[in-house]
Amino acid sequence: MEHAEPGDTDWLVIPELGHFALILAAALAIAQSILPLIGAQRGDARLMGSAPPLALAGLIAVAVAFGALVWSYATNDTTVANVVANSHSAKPMIYKISGTWGNHEGSMVLWVLVLAICAAAVAGFGRDLPSALQARVIAVLGTISLGFLAFILFTSNPFERVWPPPPDGNGLNPLLQDLGLAVHPPLLYAGYVGFSVTFAFAVAALIEGRVDAAWGRWVRPWALGAWSFLTLGIAIGSWWAYYELGWGGYWFWDPVENASLLPWLAGTALLHSAIVVEKREALKIWTVLLALLAFALSLLGTFLVRSGILNSVHSFASDPSRGVFILVLLGIYIAGAFLLFAWRAPAMAPTGVFAPVSREGALVLNNLLLCSITAVVLVGTLYPLFLDLLTGQMISVGPPFFNTATAPLAVPMIAGMAIGPMMPWKRATLWPVLQRLWWAACLALAAFVLTLAFAGWHVLPAFGFACGFWLIGGAAADIADRAGLGRTRLANVLNRARNLPRSAWGAAVAHAGMGVTLLGVAGMGLATEHLASLRAGESTSYAGYEWRLDGVRDVTGPNFTARRATLTLLRDGHVAHVMEPSRRFFPQGRTTTTETSIRTNLVRDLYAVLGEEHEGLAVLRLHVNPLAPWIWLGSFIMALGGALSLSDRRVRVAAPAARRREAEARA
Amino acid sequence: MNRKKRRLYILLLCAIGIGSATALTLTAFQDNLVFFLAPSDIAREAPPPGRAFRLGGLVEAGSVERGGATVRFRVTDGAHTISVTFSGVLPDLFREGQGVVAQGVMGPDGTFAAREVLARHDETYMPPEVAAALRRSGHWNPSQGAAPPAATWNTLSPATRTGS
Repeated sequence: MEHAEPGDTDWLVIPELGHFALILAAALAIAQSILPLIGAQRGDARLMGSAPPLALAGLIAVAVAFGALVWSYATNDTTVANVVANSHSAKPMIYKISGTWGNHEGSMVLWVLVLAICAAAVAGFGRDLPSALQARVIAVLGTISLGFLAFILFTSNPFERVWPPPPDGNGLNPLLQDLGLAVHPPLLYAGYVGFSVTFAFAVAALIEGRVDAAWGRWVRPWALGAWSFLTLGIAIGSWWAYYELGWGGYWFWDPVENASLLPWLAGTALLHSAIVVEKREALKIWTVLLALLAFALSLLGTFLVRSGILNSVHSFASDPSRGVFILVLLGIYIAGAFLLFAWRAPAMAPTGVFAPVSREGALVLNNLLLCSITAVVLVGTLYPLFLDLLTGQMISVGPPFFNTATAPLAVPMIAGMAIGPMMPWKRATLWPVLQRLWWAACLALAAFVLTLAFAGWHVLPAFGFACGFWLIGGAAADIADRAGLGRTRLANVLNRARNLPRSAWGAAVAHAGMGVTLLGVAGMGLATEHLASLRAGESTSYAGYEWRLDGVRDVTGPNFTARRATLTLLRDGHVAHVMEPSRRFFPQGRTTTTETSIRTNLVRDLYAVLGEEHEGLAVLRLHVNPLAPWIWLGSFIMALGGALSLSDRRVRVAAPAARRREAEARA
Repeated sequence: MNRKKRRLYILLLCAIGIGSATALTLTAFQDNLVFFLAPSDIAREAPPPGRAFRLGGLVEAGSVERGGATVRFRVTDGAHTISVTFSGVLPDLFREGQGVVAQGVMGPDGTFAAREVLARHDETYMPPEVAAALRRSGHWNPSQGAAPPAATWNTLSPATRTGS
């Protein structure tokens, strides 16, 4: 072939280098899962000390493998089967690189890379952990890494070669050639894999038979980080569905979406119960169980999405051996962890007594409701699969089921989200808290009444607005109360607000973010849709605009051809907007995608989709989506809240220890 | 508040939580399960009127009629056909001879009013429900190899199949 010139052959072995790096990583993972564990059981400091270097070496090996795969994609190396199946030379560079994880094999390498980064982070930043705990955590992460590396090497080797190389690749699924989807999988995986660290902490605690406040303090940052990434990942996936699929919706309760929502729900519960462990040393067994559950649901999500058991844009391959392999992995990790739990958990004595009406009580309620919602979503997601397997009857469980089954559980949770943070620990009375929330309640009531008055008789969206304002108002009331608003001078209040712990701000910001998302969801409840079939020059009036179709023309892109419509929106005879929805045809995959056109002013989205053309008539679907961007804005605010909380001084365990060392050095 | 009493409270709360989740799931299941039916299933036993279900099969060649934004077509599983009407933007890969899944209700005149025609992303893709329905109608036996291309699944003669 043309590249095989002397002196130009060095890089030809890069896929082999990647393959060997993966095998090396698997060998390191075996050592990483055995040596530190033995060391911790025997109290052998040397064996325990092998954990951090092994984790770092594992990271380097996996990073080399990942880099080799990215290189193969970037250079469009058609001797690599994976590149041939998923890439094409005509693709823009950014999608060549993001195509690395836009397929089954590559996404599993990304998964292992994120896992290796987490293990190295536990090794690098966890110097203040007790060495036995650190060794056990790293060992558990090693076993997880080993399972996934074996999965890659035995069933999904991304470095497989083809000879003779075909002239060019088959191209990436055009739906995935998108910036949002380039970052969606890494964020989601950072979330999933982050929960593997809390899982490892839980397993290590079970082996040790000890959970204390310090354990809660070490687990919480990981839960927070994983949760923040998962929130972002889900939000970007939903945003992508909104602008790319062109169905006008943002969440379809698709099994694949549910697969990412389940660990998020369990992770949210974990995040909150870890606070109780840290502050009050209560709910310890429950928190350990949640940590196991959050990761179990992450693995289940991976299984559902990757096994091809669900059909969607995510199921890259439906090779049954892969599904069976993941199912076996799932079985080993989950059954193993739960057996360990059943064996060791009774040994952990509960401490920290509290009254039912207290901050702890509110967090128990939060956990109960979140877990109930998780259970409902899980049943709704898996029921069709089981029914098909057992009886061969095919059904689908759609949005109406999930909406009716989860909303009654979500409402008390939303009510409690404003009340809970204002309750004192141990023992509280409800009345003073409610008194401090009266104006948030007034705000919610006003939102409810105003929506009904101005937007017509839409009770559910109005109720959604009320819930959103209740949460935002509640978060503001919480901060105001902590800063002593109304009890001291304003300058004092501002000063105190600035000096509040970051975790208090984080909680308030995250809860308010949830409120913003709810406002967006409620706004979408008022969305309208208009269908028109127009000839060039004709127009239709909708939502206060005159929508004129100027024409539909052919456009050529780098790897597609498109039909693009030009819509001019006129208001009182003046041009207000020009929108250009299009349909793209990708010759490599023989597929068509819809490119919506969205004009937003942050209060409402104008959303246009070009449908089929027939005898000069173009079908156009037009939507007005009130407050749509707020759904994702709220999610970003939630993730920001998580990051704020993560930056809290008290979460950074290393800080006090470092100060202590400094003081000792000076003395 | 002693430990025993607290444990009782927590257990009680859990029971309430599990109970309400189960009750909600069951009631929601009762009204919202969407069954998948092939044209042969409907010919055998008509679904209750007004109940939403999913209809799957192949778009019969030559059956697609467009009138403005409303589309009429017939769905077949080789043995029976059902007429479908749909107002809206059809998914990108809606073609005659292709597998299709539509959700909607049966009208009084025996036509299926689709509220949603589900999108497929890939030309060679056959929805698994449709594949199973075709197998049941006796038009394809998986033990005899892979499914034939969707365009050959047809109750009409191949000669009419030119437009797609």
